Amino acid sequence: MKKIEQLYRQIIMDHYKNPRNKGLKDDEHYVSDHIKNPSCGDDITIQTHVEDGIVTDIRHQGSGCSICCSSASVLSELLKGKTVQRAEYIAENYLLMLMDKDYDQSIDFEDAVAFQGVKQFPARIKCATIAFKAFQNTLK
Amino acid sequence: MNFLNLKKDFPVFEQGPLVYLDTAASSLTPTTVIDTMNEYYRTMPVNVHRGVYQMSYEATKKYESARDNIAEFIHAEDEEIVFTRGASSALNMLARMYEPYIEETDEIIVSEIEHHSHLLPWQQVAKRTGAKLVYVPLTKEGRITVDNFKSVLNSSTKVVALTAVSNVLGYRTPLKEIIKLAHEKGAVVSVDAAQSVPHEKVDVKGLDCDFLAFSGHKMLGPTGVGVLYGKKAWLDAFEPLEFGGDMVDYTYKENATWKDAPYKFETGTPPIAEVLGLSEAINYLKNVGMDAIKAHEESLQTYAMKRLEALEGVSVYNHTSETGIIAFNIDDVHPHDAVTFFDEDNIALRAGHHCAQLVMAFLNVAATLRVSFYLYNSKDDVDAFIESLKNARNFFTSVGF
Repeated sequence: MKKIEQLYRQIIMDHYKNPRNKGLKDDEHYVSDHIKNPSCGDDITIQTHVEDGIVTDIRHQGSGCSICCSSASVLSELLKGKTVQRAEYIAENYLLMLMDKDYDQSIDFEDAVAFQGVKQFPARIKCATIAFKAFQNTLK
Repeated sequence: MNFLNLKKDFPVFEQGPLVYLDTAASSLTPTTVIDTMNEYYRTMPVNVHRGVYQMSYEATKKYESARDNIAEFIHAEDEEIVFTRGASSALNMLARMYEPYIEETDEIIVSEIEHHSHLLPWQQVAKRTGAKLVYVPLTKEGRITVDNFKSVLNSSTKVVALTAVSNVLGYRTPLKEIIKLAHEKGAVVSVDAAQSVPHEKVDVKGLDCDFLAFSGHKMLGPTGVGVLYGKKAWLDAFEPLEFGGDMVDYTYKENATWKDAPYKFETGTPPIAEVLGLSEAINYLKNVGMDAIKAHEESLQTYAMKRLEALEGVSVYNHTSETGIIAFNIDDVHPHDAVTFFDEDNIALRAGHHCAQLVMAFLNVAATLRVSFYLYNSKDDVDAFIESLKNARNFFTSVGF
């Protein structure tokens, strides 16, 4: 199997074609962060709603390659319903995993595990991380 | 058509399989250029214009004869050649130096197909001075024509800043007639020649442009060096932007005087090895022959375009491009997804907005793929590219794009 076939796995394609939690809310209780990668045009906005220390909703909107768009969808499913602390911890370890650094392997990354394949394409790691970085910024 | 066969002169090909189709971003470097730069560091790694000792004299002589060689290549005088960090730096420098001549009532003509480095400096000048930034209307396919240029040219036009060849669409601008018309209205013309000087004969005297800029690294030379050509009268008139060693004539406590152009624009130690490398790159190009290079690229482009147009599921954005640049996309596949596929086949091509976001807006796409040809490319490169493109299209379709 070519490396590229490992990258474009069904999970990623499913989230790319049928994104979950897509579309922003016009609600001042949501905190937004917008990240743009000017070199390729990836452009993602993440919105987070936090209530009583729980991430109750995550929305996303943007344009970009399949890796960028699908990772935003995966993120929204993975971290919704978690405590802020837990969500921050998972997001941080997801980024460590993609950067090939030590990370907490006991975490269940659910669909996000599919993005491990991106490690083999250093030029594309950025695509898989910007949604998570934007999410981190919404919690700051 | 006899294609050129020059890969042997470029040592990067010894590293492993490589189909290099990204010259419009940066070209590869031939052995002779690398050797010339190494020779400088091995045999005379000293400053120019300063030392009175023999070695510095020799280095200065080489550096200045490189200037002569580069000047002759574009039919300029040597004192009209200012060395810069690259075309971007040259075009920025020019806009800054010209700014004092601009008034609020003036108009600056640019186009949507300019590289950011030719658009943004003038956009900034317009903002600071209150002058009006005017865009040449493009034809449906994205070209600048003489008629469309005429429609925006008027007696308020002070500067015309246009590219010689679009770095995304590959179209040639009809500069000669545009420059003549601009001069009739008293406007000056700045030409971004980063995509033309490497690929065809350019004659600044024949064109009669006032300013022209290009980069070394797009024409087989090293990074970090470029050229600003300016008509002597203008360079004499401009005030330098940077001050320091080598550019000064006399220094007094409250004042100073400058050397003549081009030296007053080149303070600090210049990129000596890079200038020598650029001159050697020009020797290489002259040796192959600019007409032969142009014909070679045209043949590759025609062949590639024919094969591309025969493919289903691929959209080409510049069918009538007359240079070796082709912009395209695989339908429904983001170019950054596509480029990863080509990368696995050791095919280097560009994905993105190519530092020309207004072109993307004009085409109504977020980004495109782009291939660009140069003298080291072969028909086999085109075949490998088309094969990979077919496989990429089929692959992305199969996974559900």
